Amino acid sequence: MIAAENVEKHYGDFHALRDVSIEIPDGSLTALLGPSGSGKSTLLRVIAGLEVPDSGAVVISGEDVTHTSPQKRGIGFVFQHYAAFKHMTVRDNVAFGLKIRKRGKDEIARRVDELLEIVGLAGYQTRYPSQLSGGQRQRMALARALAVEPQVLLLDEPFGALDAKVREDLRTWLRRLHDDVHVTTVLVTHDQEEAMDVADRIAVMSEGRIEQVGSPRELYDTPQTEFVMSFLGPTATLRGEVVRPHDLVLSHEKIDDGVAVIIERVVHLGFEVRVELLDEAGERVTAQTTRGRAAELGLYPGQALFVRTARPDQIPAL
Amino acid sequence: MKVDRGPRIALRTVALVYLGLLLVLPVGLILYRTFEDGIGAFWDQISTPASISAISLTLEIVAIVVPLNVVFGVFVALALVRGRFRGRGIVQAIVDLPFAVSPVIVGVSLILLWGTDGWFGGVADAGFQIIFSLPGMVLATIFVTLPFVVREVEPVLHEIGNEQEQAASTLGADRWQTFWRITLPSIRWGLAYGIVLTIARALGEFGAVSVVSAGASGESETLTLLVANRFEDLNLPGSYAAATVLMGFALVALILMSLFEYRSKRA
Ligand SMILES: Nc1ncnc2c1ncn2[C@@H]1O[C@H](COP(=O)(O)OP(=O)(O)O)[C@@H](O)[C@H]1O
Ligand SMILES: [Mg+2]
Repeated sequence: MIAAENVEKHYGDFHALRDVSIEIPDGSLTALLGPSGSGKSTLLRVIAGLEVPDSGAVVISGEDVTHTSPQKRGIGFVFQHYAAFKHMTVRDNVAFGLKIRKRGKDEIARRVDELLEIVGLAGYQTRYPSQLSGGQRQRMALARALAVEPQVLLLDEPFGALDAKVREDLRTWLRRLHDDVHVTTVLVTHDQEEAMDVADRIAVMSEGRIEQVGSPRELYDTPQTEFVMSFLGPTATLRGEVVRPHDLVLSHEKIDDGVAVIIERVVHLGFEVRVELLDEAGERVTAQTTRGRAAELGLYPGQALFVRTARPDQIPAL
Repeated sequence: MKVDRGPRIALRTVALVYLGLLLVLPVGLILYRTFEDGIGAFWDQISTPASISAISLTLEIVAIVVPLNVVFGVFVALALVRGRFRGRGIVQAIVDLPFAVSPVIVGVSLILLWGTDGWFGGVADAGFQIIFSLPGMVLATIFVTLPFVVREVEPVLHEIGNEQEQAASTLGADRWQTFWRITLPSIRWGLAYGIVLTIARALGEFGAVSVVSAGASGESETLTLLVANRFEDLNLPGSYAAATVLMGFALVALILMSLFEYRSKRA
């Protein structure tokens, strides 16, 4: 297990981490999720030993490593911009940690080939990083980090510099890799979809604090703060209640405490249909429904309807 | 800016004549004079004991100065780029000092410092001769060549950033291993370029060295001093021959320089 305990970090006057405590269970894939500037990278770098906290502790496998240098923490770190060793071939990049550890030549060669196979770069041994695409460079960086069999794999927005398609492929790939390799992994991202897709646990950060930790499901369904609610997905406000747009139910008749609304716009997004509504007070509310349900209701702009929340029991008190 | 054909040709002609008159002609003239009595005469001039001594002394100075400047220059560049300390601005200014100060002043100040009546004159009294001997000439040359390695390595360090070094440290490398395996290979072309500039400048240094050299022919005379002294003694063929040797070295440096510049731009 990795733990950060009451970590504080300032950069000059700027308070980057405020009393941050988090536990990362062995074998989990935990995402640090939050907007840019919320302190995710700082926390990750504190865990790695690349930054020293002002106070608080970092514990890896029961050992206090707060003042241990990164080189002795048994970690693997992957940077957003790859940090590839430009003057070395792919083989030498991946072999770096093993050479430092003075492993035998045959062992190194075998391990490097094995890792390149795993990350899908078999046959690229003699290329230089400049001859690889962004996605390939990042997979090389992952192989390099995995080569030394770290206790913890730390990834700082590893797919942030890649285009959308490659990013999606790589995160599926990372999920599978994690299922195979089982190394405890912490992934920093500002993309909630990426976090929900890849991680089994998410810690949401805001302004140097951890807002909530839980499974993607828990965070989505029972957010404890308005920030978590709005960061994990779209929200709609109906009569002062903040809910998910798909928890708004449309009907022709008034049911329970349904609110009378008029459809302003209907947007078809494939399976999902977004319905933009105006209530009597002129407030805008966006509901989300399915194609089938929309067809049933025969939605059109200008139509008068009723809308209510579907699961009042699960909507957090804010 | 678009210039019409007529004026354009005129401009080019002026530029070429300017370069030709100021640079090519003097150098060409020396080459002509050197070889006008044949290659044998040139060989005779540069194989005299005084010539051989001057060549070896010059190379000796270069051989001492370059490693010192490399170590110091890389260290200072690293401190300036990666370090966090007060007085960085002052260090920046000090590094540029040799560009601003005339070499003659450098020589004179060395005498003030190390001469028998100087602050550190005691060293000379103790029998360790600095001024009017090799250490003095080395000190003078170090002074005038000091900025080159720093100024060539610094921007490269800026450009590569420190992520590669951090990656190396997370992979288990200590500072020393990181320096040798990551930092040094990353700055190699910039460093090579700085070394070549240092060599070129060290070969050609005259003012500072002439002040602190004893000027004894065959003993404490560098190539530049040999050129000047032979010229004063009206040994013109000898002077030209020594000058040609000096230019030969400089030419090699120049070729290396373009080579490294090309490599560093591609890397
Ligand atoms: N080395 C540094 N010096 C000064 N400020 C920094 C430094 N690193 C990060 N910060 C500041 O700390 C805040 C948090 O940064 P970071 O942890 O990188 O956020 P995130 O990764 O969540 O985007 C940002 O406002 C950033 O400007
Ligand atoms: Mg970040």
